[in-house]
Amino acid sequence: MDIVVVVKLVPDLVEEIEITGDGKTVDTTFMRLIINEPDDHALEQAIILKEREGGEVTVIGPGVEDIDGVLFTAAAKGTDRQIKLTGDFDVEVNNHALARAFANVVREAQPDLILTGVQAHNDMDGALGPLMAEYLEMPYIGYVSGVVMEGETCNVRKEYPGGLIGEMQVNLPAVLGIQSAESPPRYVAVSKVRQAMKTVTLDEQTSSDLDRKGGPAVSRMFQPESGERAEMIEGDIDNIAEKLVEILRTADAI
Amino acid sequence: MNGEIYVLIEHLQGQVSDMSYIMLAAGRPLADASGGSLVAMLLGQDVQGLASDLGADRVLYVEHPALAEFSPEAYLKVIADLIQQGNPRAVLLGETSIGADVAGTLSARLDLPLVSLCRDIYAEGNTLKFVSQIYGGKVLAEGDLPEATTLMTMVPGEYKAEAGQSATAPEIVATSPPDLEGLKVTHKQFIEPEAGDVDIAKEPILIAVGRGIQQEMNIEIAEELAEALGGELCASRPVVDQGWMTTGRLVGKSGKTVKPKVYFAIGISGAPEHAEGIGDAELFIAINTDEQAPIFAIAKYGAAADLFDLIPALTEKIKEAKGG
Amino acid sequence: METKMIDTSTEFIYQFVETVPEGERIRLCLQCGACSGACPFGFVMDFPPHGMIAMLRAGLLDDMLKSDTAWMCVSCYACTEVCPANIPVTAGLTTRVKEEMLLAGNVPTELQDALEKAQRYFNPLGESPRKRAEWASELEPEITIMAKAKRPVDVLWFVGDYASYHPSARSATLALTKILNALDVDFGILGPEEVSDGDSLRLAGESGLFEMMVDKNASAFEKYEFNKIFTSDPHAYNALKNEYPRLDISYPVQHYTQFFTERLEQIQPLLKNSIDADVVFHDPCYLGRANDIYEEPRQLLQSIPGVELVEMSHCRGNSLCCGGGGGGMWLDGFRWEKAEARISEWRVREAVSALGNQETTSKGGRARILAIACPYETPRFEDAIKSMPGAEGLIVKDIVELLAESMGV
Repeated sequence: MDIVVVVKLVPDLVEEIEITGDGKTVDTTFMRLIINEPDDHALEQAIILKEREGGEVTVIGPGVEDIDGVLFTAAAKGTDRQIKLTGDFDVEVNNHALARAFANVVREAQPDLILTGVQAHNDMDGALGPLMAEYLEMPYIGYVSGVVMEGETCNVRKEYPGGLIGEMQVNLPAVLGIQSAESPPRYVAVSKVRQAMKTVTLDEQTSSDLDRKGGPAVSRMFQPESGERAEMIEGDIDNIAEKLVEILRTADAI
Repeated sequence: MNGEIYVLIEHLQGQVSDMSYIMLAAGRPLADASGGSLVAMLLGQDVQGLASDLGADRVLYVEHPALAEFSPEAYLKVIADLIQQGNPRAVLLGETSIGADVAGTLSARLDLPLVSLCRDIYAEGNTLKFVSQIYGGKVLAEGDLPEATTLMTMVPGEYKAEAGQSATAPEIVATSPPDLEGLKVTHKQFIEPEAGDVDIAKEPILIAVGRGIQQEMNIEIAEELAEALGGELCASRPVVDQGWMTTGRLVGKSGKTVKPKVYFAIGISGAPEHAEGIGDAELFIAINTDEQAPIFAIAKYGAAADLFDLIPALTEKIKEAKGG
Repeated sequence: METKMIDTSTEFIYQFVETVPEGERIRLCLQCGACSGACPFGFVMDFPPHGMIAMLRAGLLDDMLKSDTAWMCVSCYACTEVCPANIPVTAGLTTRVKEEMLLAGNVPTELQDALEKAQRYFNPLGESPRKRAEWASELEPEITIMAKAKRPVDVLWFVGDYASYHPSARSATLALTKILNALDVDFGILGPEEVSDGDSLRLAGESGLFEMMVDKNASAFEKYEFNKIFTSDPHAYNALKNEYPRLDISYPVQHYTQFFTERLEQIQPLLKNSIDADVVFHDPCYLGRANDIYEEPRQLLQSIPGVELVEMSHCRGNSLCCGGGGGGMWLDGFRWEKAEARISEWRVREAVSALGNQETTSKGGRARILAIACPYETPRFEDAIKSMPGAEGLIVKDIVELLAESMGV
């Protein structure tokens, strides 16, 4: 069984996000890019399926800064093939463009199953998974937190609000938008990643010009006003605790 | 394009979601501005009854056994058909397990633009504008709606579900579905959430625990606060994913929506997926060492303090206040 | 893609002998069990140190790796200290076992989190590298950051992760700055160019991650001119003195206790305020057992007027670890689950025994101080004090805080 995992890199929110002077886009000068967390779960789920069912896992990512580390880490975790798609990617390249570019590569790989994270926090034009599915003419199910293979089909657990799960069946090949893997992404020792860097060759493929059609045009980016913020309680621990007791008392909670 | 605004009604197990009403509330001023009607799309099997309180001018009701439960593929085909026939100005879908599964596929299939994570849509003169929240709510992006039928996935933003409800039932127009044979995606069954001993949606005092708690054994600190206040524990996604609390205690997009008297968020950043689950709490207090955490934009009171120092101290004082 | 892992016990021993300094001593193990007896958590390990050697000799490494109790090891050197055959147990055996466990994916979640943060942010706290010198941003006079000052300094102060980022370590770090200024020491810090020394990551089994940190720190060191490196963090001291040179990064390095003891003649007249306190000194594992620094901290404490130095029952070579080593700062949940004991609490109890409880001392009007010299210890002991009866009023202070107080800076 052949699985393809498609990953995206997104800005790390540990650093403060800053807007450029012209107010149109985010300032990427100090931005650190990390793997989109749901994509990390998709990767983990793929490796779990490989360990259970056999087969091969290919991971594909865009040729942005820090992608090499992500792909080598995936190799250290157990992927068999790592494809870096080079092209004119910047942080703001939209998902329509990425989806079209990735679809071309995935089509060639002819996998049985394609996994990708259900969403990313910079999805301004919808998530990557559904777009890719349509360009590949494959069915799509999102918000998946469990995958069981059954020959030509696959059974998934789809998450609905309130903890409700819908068990669905889909014919392969299909694209799944992963919410969380069966177990949290595994740890991989740095020495294994370094070894991968020495022994594994990344498969570089060039994408044709990126077609961004389908995304919205953003005229302005800004940070939400801090005007409506909470009333912050200052002081040392004792002061804060005392004031909180007062607040709770006034609200009749004590 | 005519000026109509279409809204996809989401329903599960006989209940229309709050998000559906929120989208109707958002759609009304848009329909007014673009000079068209507000049209709800209701798909299902034997669910006409659900249309009775929808705040829309008209409901396109599509019935078929394949629509008995949500299936991304079936919904995609039906909605694509409705859009091609109706040619509306915009289509509103929820940024949810239902809406988000079809929005992207519709965009690609029909070659229509898609704007996601919208929290606000409004008219400025003759132009329709959107505001989307990205980077976990830390950045807002604004723009004009493209000049084509625009697909939009929405998050609640400031809209209220009540504003999307109607006392009188709208006109229901039975619409035939396209061919729904040979679907590749089928719904098999529902699996109900783990029956916990507590329904957090009914609890007046909730202590919510997030990633900041760091380790399972530290949840004890929150437990003691909950005990002192006579409240119950709940959590954000990272805590539940680790298995430290059951899914029944998850507050947020994939979990429960709560409207307690007191919501005490500890070590929670306040990302939209969690914030969505907090309806109006009378008293919302947040503790997080990061002063810039988005939670402080929705809480009423906050302290940028270390929960490991503050919570035990607070628990002590509450016990004194109650006992003494 | 499979990493070549050690899959036989013999290979493990072979590697041990080849790569660990004095590693051949492992062949001399008498199975006396002194190591396991001295080990603070030996009682909950499936394979305490001498048990690990027995398993290796029996060719059962794979079975041993299925147990997760090796993570109970706090890398405190108690075993190494008592071994009659002088086997490098901590440096070689337990660290290498943890490395194998990591490669096998047998790692507690909390530790995984800290290691992943270190991989991404070059410090296990997950703090932004750009903000590493923020603690110093308001200082008067302005602290010298090497990249900005672009001049040679006499002493490069390697600050360390906890001293840079953790609020509990803040007052000690600031006190140290004041003392250095009062002594007119020409010093500078690397600021954002400094990354974790990596020692605790190494002891938690991540040799690859350790090497990553060494690479980055070495690049920063190479850019500047200084006569020696000075640090307030015993783990950084250990790394810079003993481990970095193995990777050919060698600079003269001192811990502050050594640096200040050398300057005691200069310091003594400046200690004008009396601190009327009974003080116990907790020997940090990485100054004490690992590096034989026992007297310097005591000399400093005894030079402070008013201080009465008392010893705890375990001191110097048989001192009790605070529990922070070997990845311990990020394994508390795991260790609590296994042992239902916190060794930081044992230590606080010893301090209370040595110093007397609040009642006895409050009559004498003297403060009771648990003096430390490692930033891991402050949060650990302060937490333990909160839950130990009789420990109320016991204060934790770094030696530099006491020196600064006495100097009135």
